Amino acid sequence: MALDIQSAVDGNTARIALAGELDGTSAPALRQTVDKVLSGKPAQLVLQVEKLTFMASAGLRILIFSKQKQPDLKIYLVKPAASIVDTLHKTGFFDGVYVTDAEPAGV
Amino acid sequence: MSMEERIDFYPTHETGGVRFRRGRPLPFGATIVPNGVNFSIFSSAADSCTLVLFRKREPKPFIEIKFPPEFRIGDVYSMIVFDLDYEDLEYGYRFSGPWQPEWGHRFDESKIVGDPYAKVLGGRDVWRAQPDWLDPYQHRARLSFDDFDWEDDKPLEIPTKDLVIYEAHVRGFTAHTSSKVSAPGTFGGLREKIPYLRSLGINCLELLPIYEFDEWENNRQHPETGELLLNYWGYSTVGFFAPKAGYAATGKLGMQVDELKNLIKELHRAGIEIMLDVVFNHTAEGDQRGPYISYRGIDNRTYYILTPEGYYYNFSGCGNTLNCNHPVVRNMVLDCLRYWASEYHIDGFRFDLASILGRDQNGAPLSNPPLLESLAYDPVLSKCKLIAEAWDAGGLYQVGSFPAYGRWAEWNGKYRDAARRFIKSEPGMTGEIATRIQGSPDLYWYRGPTASLNFITCHDGFTLRDLVSYDYKHNEANGEYNRDGNDDNHSWNCGWEGETNDPGVNALRIRQMKNAATLLFTSRGVPMLLMGDEIGRTQKGNNNSYCHDNELSWMDWGAVEKESELLRFFSRLIAFRHAHPALRGDRFFAHRDYVGSGKPDISFHGTRAWQPDWGGRCLAFMLCGQHASPKDSDMYVAMNAYWDGLPFEIPWPSEGKRWRVAINTSMQQPQDIFEGESGPIIESSELIVGGRSIMVLIA
Repeated sequence: MALDIQSAVDGNTARIALAGELDGTSAPALRQTVDKVLSGKPAQLVLQVEKLTFMASAGLRILIFSKQKQPDLKIYLVKPAASIVDTLHKTGFFDGVYVTDAEPAGV
Repeated sequence: MSMEERIDFYPTHETGGVRFRRGRPLPFGATIVPNGVNFSIFSSAADSCTLVLFRKREPKPFIEIKFPPEFRIGDVYSMIVFDLDYEDLEYGYRFSGPWQPEWGHRFDESKIVGDPYAKVLGGRDVWRAQPDWLDPYQHRARLSFDDFDWEDDKPLEIPTKDLVIYEAHVRGFTAHTSSKVSAPGTFGGLREKIPYLRSLGINCLELLPIYEFDEWENNRQHPETGELLLNYWGYSTVGFFAPKAGYAATGKLGMQVDELKNLIKELHRAGIEIMLDVVFNHTAEGDQRGPYISYRGIDNRTYYILTPEGYYYNFSGCGNTLNCNHPVVRNMVLDCLRYWASEYHIDGFRFDLASILGRDQNGAPLSNPPLLESLAYDPVLSKCKLIAEAWDAGGLYQVGSFPAYGRWAEWNGKYRDAARRFIKSEPGMTGEIATRIQGSPDLYWYRGPTASLNFITCHDGFTLRDLVSYDYKHNEANGEYNRDGNDDNHSWNCGWEGETNDPGVNALRIRQMKNAATLLFTSRGVPMLLMGDEIGRTQKGNNNSYCHDNELSWMDWGAVEKESELLRFFSRLIAFRHAHPALRGDRFFAHRDYVGSGKPDISFHGTRAWQPDWGGRCLAFMLCGQHASPKDSDMYVAMNAYWDGLPFEIPWPSEGKRWRVAINTSMQQPQDIFEGESGPIIESSELIVGGRSIMVLIA
């Protein structure tokens, strides 16, 4: 299943909505999108992932890389699937992101 | 100018649409560089080398690139390949060269072989998932990403004298359904049990091998039961730099590196060091009948110790012997351990059959083995604990004489045997046990007691419960007609072979387990506890469970409730050791008073104070707390291995102090062990120590 990527930047907030499967094949496209929306150094990156069914290590590494390039960036994962949260926990990435059920107020 | 713009990171060659250029010989392995990957591999005897690139899990390579002659410097082939998809790449090599077994060469260009420096290996991504046996490249090298966020983590550097080691098997620790973890049998599952390890009080977790191995190696079915028997322990390395993917719940996503690092980071946060059981004595390639995985097809004569006829010496008992003191192999071992120490923050290493690491290229023992010396003085490893299993399967036994360079500690097999024999009431053991509880100065007089890794049980042999439940091994489930495993166990079944409902026998077994634990944790040196001994884990008399990926080997967490008395005893006993520096000194006792306390640092006694009986079955010793650093309570330990209770005359405590009971193994909980100074005061000058019991007093 292909990955559908929608993005927008609104002031200090970059938003990316993902639907489908984020695997090694689709990760480069996400990487390009992330690079584009973060070029203006927003304070937050909000990833709407409710419709994301699978995230491979390539996808997680894009988040890590974003965080390493901009340590003060707050990354929100909105409505991730349980399997994705489980992977975040097991691999130690959970502490680096905010997992929420809704886009946080004030963002 | 950015790195991407530099001319040395631009391709000069192209084949099949893949661009590449001359690489850099060092470091060996696959290294991500700007725009590409630098591949570098050594072979001293090959005629040529070909890089083979796959997309992940695809049966056929998408490109094979033969190294142009000018890409070889010395014996190293190196090449940078550009525009690769790092996440989707698997790589291997083909080597062409002579097939001359009598000269040690076994090149076969039809085989695709893995990189000895591969940081990630695919092919066994999910534990026990049936492999594709038709795949010509079974263990596929992949790239690793060193982007884990360690925050401020680093190795803990806990002083060796303060360690309490817990030996565990990653899978066996949580594979049982009773563990109730989210991913049984994995690094992630183990992480969820860190609170248990903390409450037990251990501060060093030693894991059986976690280098990539093949659980399917030599798999077979039990001839009678049909049970599938696997390489469960994992003492057979496929790749030294790669973690076991099947031990990671996220191995199927290729994230075993991250999952393991997360476990280590969480262990460190909990104040627990991690030590790896590493197997450098042989590889999974076996003898001349074994598979081509890596080393044999790259440079057989360099990587293995060979007979004059070109066959494999078998000092490991596993078919081959790694040629550890060849300079190239020695460097590989060093590079490997440096990598694990720096990239994974590993705190220490226990070397399986370490005596092999001291043999020369013909197999003869060296007096000054270069590898062991290099490890001892290596700047990256300087704070890592180095522990040797100081023997091998070729008959070299070096307990007490392992080349140490002031750094190496040893699994003290003599401690194990003496403790077992004393506890089972063998006569005439008091002299030797007195030496062992002091940290074995007869063996380590020039190194100190922290060279003595004290243990009574380990993965290889009986569990503690089985040690007090079986006179003989019962290895029938291994399918080898009970021929395998050690016959010399110094065990005693307490009156009945195996499980029983006899309350007297069961009570005695509990007491004997408490005795063993008390002896271990009041001994100078570094104590090691086997996974599950604290809750009376049994393997039903099997003392060689290497092939059992089942409930025989796994820890049954239901015993945490059922054996709560034993668990309480162990956790309080470990806390007792942590609380008393007198038990953890890093110097040998002087047997005299050098602080003016009026008492020697250690003194031995029998049923009469100051009169030890060196030929009997009971012994007492007193530690003067004024000699400890920092100063500690005085301690008196009375050990009665005789079957009846005996009166022990107690030496006087220091002026103004009174003896209190800290431990009494003849009692059931809560009188078996007391916290702090809550134990009863001894009013008399005589103490009745129950049969087969140990009492510890503090003042």
